[in-house]
Amino acid sequence: MGHGPAVKLGKDDATSYKTKLGVSMFIVYTLVYAAFVGINAVSRALMQKVIFGQTLAVVYGMGLIVFALVLAIIYNHFCTAAEKRMNQ
Amino acid sequence: MVYTQSPLAIGLFIFFVVFVLGLSFYMARRTTTAAGYYAAGGNIHWAVNGIAFAGDYLSAASFLGICGMIATAGFDGWMYAIGYLAGWMVALFLVAEPMKRLGKFTFTDALDSKFNSKGIQLTAAISTLVVSVFYLIPQMVGAGVLVQPLLGMPHWVGVCIVGIVVTIIVATAGMASTTYVQFFKGGLLLICSTIVVIAVLTRGLGTDPDQGGTKAYHEFQTLQAIVATDGTLQVAGYDVVAGPESEFGKAGFVKLAQNGVESVWHLKENADGYALAETLYVTQMVDGTKLYNGSAKEDGKFFAVGHVKEITIDGKELASTGALGPLAYLSRFKDSTVVLWGKKYIMDGANKITVFYQKPTPGSRILRPGLKFKVDNASATQKFNFISLMLALFCGTAALPHILIRYYTVPSQAAARKSTIVGIAAIGFFYVLTLFMGLGAMTNGVINLTDNNMSAPLLALSFGVVLFAVISSLAFATVLGTVSGLIVASAGAIAHDLMDNFLGMNMSEKTKVRAGKVSAMVIGCIAIYLGIIFEGMNVSFLVGWAFAVAASANLPAILMLLFWKKTTAKGIAASIMVGLTSALGLILISPDMWVRYGLLPQDAPVAFNSPAAISIPASFIALVVVSLMTQKKGIPEEGTAKA
Repeated sequence: MGHGPAVKLGKDDATSYKTKLGVSMFIVYTLVYAAFVGINAVSRALMQKVIFGQTLAVVYGMGLIVFALVLAIIYNHFCTAAEKRMNQ
Repeated sequence: MVYTQSPLAIGLFIFFVVFVLGLSFYMARRTTTAAGYYAAGGNIHWAVNGIAFAGDYLSAASFLGICGMIATAGFDGWMYAIGYLAGWMVALFLVAEPMKRLGKFTFTDALDSKFNSKGIQLTAAISTLVVSVFYLIPQMVGAGVLVQPLLGMPHWVGVCIVGIVVTIIVATAGMASTTYVQFFKGGLLLICSTIVVIAVLTRGLGTDPDQGGTKAYHEFQTLQAIVATDGTLQVAGYDVVAGPESEFGKAGFVKLAQNGVESVWHLKENADGYALAETLYVTQMVDGTKLYNGSAKEDGKFFAVGHVKEITIDGKELASTGALGPLAYLSRFKDSTVVLWGKKYIMDGANKITVFYQKPTPGSRILRPGLKFKVDNASATQKFNFISLMLALFCGTAALPHILIRYYTVPSQAAARKSTIVGIAAIGFFYVLTLFMGLGAMTNGVINLTDNNMSAPLLALSFGVVLFAVISSLAFATVLGTVSGLIVASAGAIAHDLMDNFLGMNMSEKTKVRAGKVSAMVIGCIAIYLGIIFEGMNVSFLVGWAFAVAASANLPAILMLLFWKKTTAKGIAASIMVGLTSALGLILISPDMWVRYGLLPQDAPVAFNSPAAISIPASFIALVVVSLMTQKKGIPEEGTAKA
């Protein structure tokens, strides 16, 4: 059938650890994103409130972008460490 | 608006096209195997692949559509960007490494990795083709939009140029050339957009957007009207052609005439009668002719718009702020009043009039939701529609075939993960830039109200023709790159999934590559045809739907395959078909489609436009129910599990 990776992949004993970590971080980000969508859907007045000199909408929106990158870097750090530890 | 072509812009455009073609022919010499053609040999560096991810993702919808939407609807336009970026977290945390581990050339490979199922091969290939075509149309339309100001050529020429160039790119070297085109384009797009934003911040905010003194902004007039004793409306120096009792009046406007020249004004009651504010309007005649402010387009009477009405700092009104830092820019914008533009339709006999009228709006209101997506006093359906759209954006990214196949171009799972993170950083940074570019367009007198897709390139033009030439050429390259990725995904679905796997043609490496190239050419021709017939369609319109269809058809199958051990091949096939048909079906009977059928949107069978909140759960339910019904103890589904 010709399935399987296009290149030969080495054995990865850290897969299970990385999957659990990914699911946990996904849940965290999803909750923060869902709260953002929820507030936008039900309370525009709250999103117009000024925090740190900006509207909450801007602060939350920028925060979601920065939070995504921070989580991604943390995720990569722990995954890389796990790969080194478990695939020796 | 009437555009003047710049030789520099034309020269740069030709340079980009020649560069891209040269790269493709160079890569083609190294592409002899199926793995080379469909997955760039699986040896692209993760950093290159990460920027190529950004190149793939920052399509015409992101660059042209989001900037245009922010320019006209403020924060609500930026909500798209936030939703698009959030979708990458699904890709990173749940999909990236398993896709790399399970697949070979196409997304179908990953879904079918545990089974040998004809059902999965067929349904996943159909889904790939449908989603790719949905995504292709707005890209081709975007190309047509771009060539008009860039080259002074009609829409169909732009579509044909993209179709032909992309078909050559894909037919020569497949994923290898597509990856490097996306890498260069993604990188240049980030650099040039940063330059535009620095220019916006340096210019700051001002109430007279004269584009650095290079172009006078049209001064929109206000008049005072009084109501005479006989009840008629009187305006000094003007004849009232259509007053408050006419169709214009019912919509809140009047039509006046001065020296035989007609104009439409927005009515606002005040102590002395009515204040009349100048509008812009487009008349669509029965024979299809369009008049802009009562004249032909070439007369240039339909002005670019976008200005700040008042800037108040510490209780004092200012004419301009001077250069500002990014946070100070947003803060000053919040404290200013900006003129946005509303839109209403009026039937004037058999002619359809679209009137654009001024809506002075506080900056703090622009920098929070509600201008596009109604949330204040919104009905349950309107809130549902908004939540459904945000769900589609969140779930759609990790289900787009042309994004998923990029995971096969890197050598390892770690590289797949790292390239996703590079992509997130690049895309996140770009989306921050779009907020400033959109607000810059909103306040610098560059918005074409009949087509806000051109807001970012026209903002660049306000800083000089060089920046415009580079940005426009890059926007065109954006379309080239994204279309290339979509055609590679579609060609893989036809040649690899359908011909080789589903039909069992057992092709050799050479035949597989040839089949992919022929498929690419056929899809390229179809894309050209669709791009021409869908002229005038908003580029963001179909992309939102492509996300909804991808999220409904593909994501439930991917996630359940990875996280639910009872998933069966029949369950996956059912999930794809239910997600695909329910999303498509709901789109076809949505209010937006009803308008396109020439019917009234309120008569549509469903009251919402975004189907994801129904079609995604339906797809999950179909998978669970069918999987539970087709469990086979000890025997893998439809044959044997593969090694």
